Amino acid sequence: MKGNFIDNLPKVYGIYTGGFIGFIIIMAIAEQMGMTAKAIGIAFVAFTVFIYALIGWLSRTAQADAYYVAGRQVPTVFNGMATAADWMSGASFVAMAGGIYFKGYGYMALLVGWTGGYVLVASLLAPYLRKFGCYTVPDFIGTRYGGNLARFSAVVVLTVASFTYVTAQINATGTIASVALDIPFQYAVYVGLISILLCSMLGGMRGVTWTQVAQYIVLIIAYLLPVFWISNKMGAGFFPHFMLADEVARIGELEQQFGFVKNAAADLKSVPKGLAGITKAHSAVNATPWAFISLALAMMMGTASLPHVMMRYFTTPSVKAARKSVGWSLFFIFLLYSSAPMLATLSKLSLIDPNLPTGIIGKTFAEVEAIDWYQNWNQANLMFISDFNGNGTLELNEFFMGGKAVVLATPEIAGLPYVISGLVAAGGMAAAMSTADGLILAIANAISHDVYYKIIDPKAETAKRLLVARVLLVVIGFAGATIAAMEIQGILGSVIWAFDFAMSGLFFPLVLGVWWKRANRQGAIAGMLGGLAAGTWYLVWVRTGGSGFLGITQLTFGIFGSAVSLVLMVVVSLMTTEPDKATQKMVDDVRVPSGKTILGKSH
Amino acid sequence: MSNQQKHWEKTRSLLFITLAIWFVFSIGIFLFGAEMNEVTGPFGYPWTYWFTCQGSLGAFVILIFWFANRQEKIDEEFGFSEREDE
Repeated sequence: MKGNFIDNLPKVYGIYTGGFIGFIIIMAIAEQMGMTAKAIGIAFVAFTVFIYALIGWLSRTAQADAYYVAGRQVPTVFNGMATAADWMSGASFVAMAGGIYFKGYGYMALLVGWTGGYVLVASLLAPYLRKFGCYTVPDFIGTRYGGNLARFSAVVVLTVASFTYVTAQINATGTIASVALDIPFQYAVYVGLISILLCSMLGGMRGVTWTQVAQYIVLIIAYLLPVFWISNKMGAGFFPHFMLADEVARIGELEQQFGFVKNAAADLKSVPKGLAGITKAHSAVNATPWAFISLALAMMMGTASLPHVMMRYFTTPSVKAARKSVGWSLFFIFLLYSSAPMLATLSKLSLIDPNLPTGIIGKTFAEVEAIDWYQNWNQANLMFISDFNGNGTLELNEFFMGGKAVVLATPEIAGLPYVISGLVAAGGMAAAMSTADGLILAIANAISHDVYYKIIDPKAETAKRLLVARVLLVVIGFAGATIAAMEIQGILGSVIWAFDFAMSGLFFPLVLGVWWKRANRQGAIAGMLGGLAAGTWYLVWVRTGGSGFLGITQLTFGIFGSAVSLVLMVVVSLMTTEPDKATQKMVDDVRVPSGKTILGKSH
Repeated sequence: MSNQQKHWEKTRSLLFITLAIWFVFSIGIFLFGAEMNEVTGPFGYPWTYWFTCQGSLGAFVILIFWFANRQEKIDEEFGFSEREDE
């Protein structure tokens, strides 16, 4: 191919997309010719992971600015795709539709929160941090406020938030690898980890960028294809997003008809852990305004504080491109997020509507237990039925399912060929891997650049710095995998906590660093450490039986943490001396897009 | 007032407008979630349900692109836009 790689990007990824679609078709033909479901699953995961590893190897580099910020030459649209993959984790891909399925409106606050946050990213932070020219988020804090303590505090907040997040992602890659490759979870976690490290170790941010673009393409095809296919197969409409109003209304009707019968506590004990029944209305407003708004607000502010997202905008060629790139990121995220409620609707209706051939409510237990897919998913511990009232027919309150089953099982329930299930597994793997890569890199870069190079050994040569960065990458990856293998927390809960930790410690120190010239070092340190401590205290308090206040729950503790952070930062800043002239000049320079970056090309 | 101060003043007003629109779609409408859901909205979905699935999300996408264009205009007006070779 002629010309440099960047100019050829549309062609390269065009060929890649075509190749992937070709692979899906070949697998579909192979299935018809008798290839087993297990072999198809293995082929999908192995083939895609091999491609990512290849991209990772081709992107290897020995230069600091390529390793940390992909050489700052990632075009707007491609950075948008990479950010979307970075952003949409295993939780978005596998768990989100399930959450909507079970909890309806109250849960959909996450959809609003995880998209609305990008408005804050675009208007408050991304373009200014790009102008700053930093390699990492603590790099900005350390230079803007000055001093090693400020820099170190930012590294602490970043590590707490990102590490909470990354264990969940490694857990998700492990779950998918263990199902697709049919190996025990304890080993599958490490298979997942090695796949993750193959993408990031040699090329750093450059490798991660180009694998994330590839992963986005896989995950979006894997999510949208089944949604459209199922919708068409059920006769619900060829473009589900605009045509499911009747289905949504029909679910409401059925809910009225069946009613939400409350199960006795003794009956619920027999239900396997992690499975839930339908107990909340699908489209009706089932949460108070504050419950909805507080969750959305926490997720929005968290979005704007998460370093692995912010650092993606350090890779664009210009400030202008950074702004546009945020728009593209959200557009690519929108494609998946607006489909999740549609998938939840289709999945729920196909299971509960007695008029549909797939509906199981109202059938006898013997009938349901004879269905192939019920047996499969019951064995996988994701579906369960029990005749609580002893009448022999399945009622709405007697059917239980795992959240993951909405994405994983619906294609099979709707009668799609197995090749789609293989594709979904590859998509889930791509989603979890891309987020894990972004997070591990964010932590390793912060420690190698901000702690090792800026604080411990400022004279280190590039080769030594990058070696330290890579060693840290492996160490952090293994630490994450070890904790993931212990299976302490659920995927979704820890993801939400990560947002709360990040906003508690970083939101105001970042925003005020640009928008309030008077903010100084003492204020920022108080804001970061005080906010993080306050948020953590609130979480522990509520978890250990505290009653909480103002309706702030363990999922929204960041609202309390960030409020404390804001107050501390303003009060302490005003009580101490204002920043010196040089710092004020620096803030002025950050506010205009033209001119040189604050930090040099390599620093 | 210097050129740079004027530029910042305009940038700040744009921020406030952007945040006001953001507030409406992320918080404002959900204050009236229960009432709004009684009314049929786009494509036949109830209004609040539609906003949580598509409406607010789409509004954010459009808002960011609109904001980026306005900010570029402001930067050009005061001669602060980046040159291609930087």
